[in-house]
Amino acid sequence: MDYYENYLKKFEGKTFFILGDEAVAYGALFARCNFFGGYPITPASEVAELIARLLPNVNGYYVQFEDEIASIGAVIGAAWAGGKAMTATSGPGFSLMQENIGYAVMTETPCVIVDVQRSGPSTGQATKPAQGDVMQARWGTHGDHEIIALAPSSVQECFDLMIDCFNLSEIYRTPVILLTDGEIGHLREKMVMPKLKDVKIVKRPKAKDNKSVFGGQLIPPMMEFGRGGFIHVTGSTHKTSGMRDVESQEVHEELITRIYKKIETNREKIVRIEKKHMKNAKVAVVSYGASARPSLGAVERARRNKKKVGFFRFITIWPFARKQITELGKQVDTILVPEMNLGQISREIERFVDCEVISVPKIGGIVHSIDEIYAKIKEVV
Amino acid sequence: MKYLREEIFPTKFCSGCGCGTVLNCYAHAIDELGLNPENIVSVTGIGCSSWIPSPYLKCDTLHTTHGRPLAFATGVKIMKPDMDVVVIAGDGDIAGIGGNHLIHSARRNLDISVFLVNNYIYGMTGGQVSPTTPMGHPTTTTPYKNIEHPMKIAELVAAAGASYVARWTTYNVFPLMESMQNAFKKKGFSFIEILSPCPVAHGRKIGMREGQDYLNMFKEKAIKIEKVKNLSEKELEDRIVIGKFVDRERTEFTESLRKLNQERIGK
Repeated sequence: MDYYENYLKKFEGKTFFILGDEAVAYGALFARCNFFGGYPITPASEVAELIARLLPNVNGYYVQFEDEIASIGAVIGAAWAGGKAMTATSGPGFSLMQENIGYAVMTETPCVIVDVQRSGPSTGQATKPAQGDVMQARWGTHGDHEIIALAPSSVQECFDLMIDCFNLSEIYRTPVILLTDGEIGHLREKMVMPKLKDVKIVKRPKAKDNKSVFGGQLIPPMMEFGRGGFIHVTGSTHKTSGMRDVESQEVHEELITRIYKKIETNREKIVRIEKKHMKNAKVAVVSYGASARPSLGAVERARRNKKKVGFFRFITIWPFARKQITELGKQVDTILVPEMNLGQISREIERFVDCEVISVPKIGGIVHSIDEIYAKIKEVV
Repeated sequence: MKYLREEIFPTKFCSGCGCGTVLNCYAHAIDELGLNPENIVSVTGIGCSSWIPSPYLKCDTLHTTHGRPLAFATGVKIMKPDMDVVVIAGDGDIAGIGGNHLIHSARRNLDISVFLVNNYIYGMTGGQVSPTTPMGHPTTTTPYKNIEHPMKIAELVAAAGASYVARWTTYNVFPLMESMQNAFKKKGFSFIEILSPCPVAHGRKIGMREGQDYLNMFKEKAIKIEKVKNLSEKELEDRIVIGKFVDRERTEFTESLRKLNQERIGK
């Protein structure tokens, strides 16, 4: 019996007025998540609280662990036992998870990590939003790797992107991060649940034997435990068979390059951006997540005042929308980058454009106002 | 040999190491129980004893990050409750860096079998002091002597709520094998602390350069738990208490999770 089908029927097609965090939990359920391991942390706790309520109804499992390290560890274990598994946390917990996120990258384990970003470093402003984990999401774990991270700008997008995160993790056999923030997580607004038949669910390819669960093709199929495969999963450098080989330069290079290329060569398939009011624009306001909302507001005010300003939003943060941002740099003279950190994405943009890039940072736990961004626009137009 | 990945042998264990004995006891235990290796998942961490299952055991193997095998095993067991999940790892791994997970897995009474190989030292990294190094022993990072009290792991796990707890040494191979079988059969968190020789990284600093030195020491210092009732803590300070510490019925975690789901489904 499909417990999900039965249970989700009462939600499908309905309009809700809920928190971003709650939309994340519903999105996970629609994506057929059946394991959640977590640890309470502001501003992500509402994800755990709702999913703890939802999962038993669909025969899924919620476990609150002793810390975030255990949470992500259990998530990876559950994934190898055939589960669709996730966790949700915020900055400090995300820091604790980094080693095991690297393990998930190395062992090519599909799973989803939600980071509802808050103001840091350290305990910082624990209850207030920020976008300070953008680079931690990219480089938080040690060693060469690519990562996928999506950033929602609305409650509806928390739901929609959660499903995308699970699908991407299954397609590319990799951990995927939903990089949301305390502002969006605690924002309450309208969202519409889709019809069940309209939700596209991707399942991981399954291996017929144990010969090439860790190589042989760009994205190898997976074999879960209990199928008689005598699967050997290790975070150490390993051969196509999964067996450890930490001595050979060639084995390491082949493995890491392939894992890197899984995402790098599919960059254009993964990258999603949103553009508005770009016609004739000579200035672009580029943002993502919560700070994209006042950015769009400021652009629309500028357009009303006949200023040639456009709006560009990253939905996919990682892999980076290099091609799209390079094209943007050719069209405009100036790019303004409002973000709730001291310029993490702004610096990344500078790598790919020749035009002027101006960081518009805002830290301290509040989102930019439209006035602030509009004032910057007026300075450069 | 049918329980081992033959193509990997010989093992990389040092001469005199106790890991081979544990591996042997384990293979005999599952053979006598008639367990199907296809139905076993071994989860392990980082360290010499983690190499017992990874890669030598022929079963599904999850070789995880340092200290975290119990966390990973929890995820596996919840999703595959009908599989036998076994964790084999060292003192530094699951009592040191991963000590928190040990306490909480025992508290939940998760139905897995944990064989902790205690060799008194961080062996793989070259002999640094561990949470179980006896007081007074010199190690590479306590060059004068270890001034910390060692951890009593079996007692800790018993207090945390495990269903089954025992301690044996690699000298007591037959009781150890029997104990491993009991651990597999027991519903709930089953834990065996196995004291094991490390003449290379631990023994060399204290004049115990042969595996045999440890077996002699185990033989001399071991005292059955049944005989310690009237002995003071002081009298037991230099002894190794062996035997079964706990064997009890206690609600098991994955079963409770399933019951909760049965109550919810259809509502």
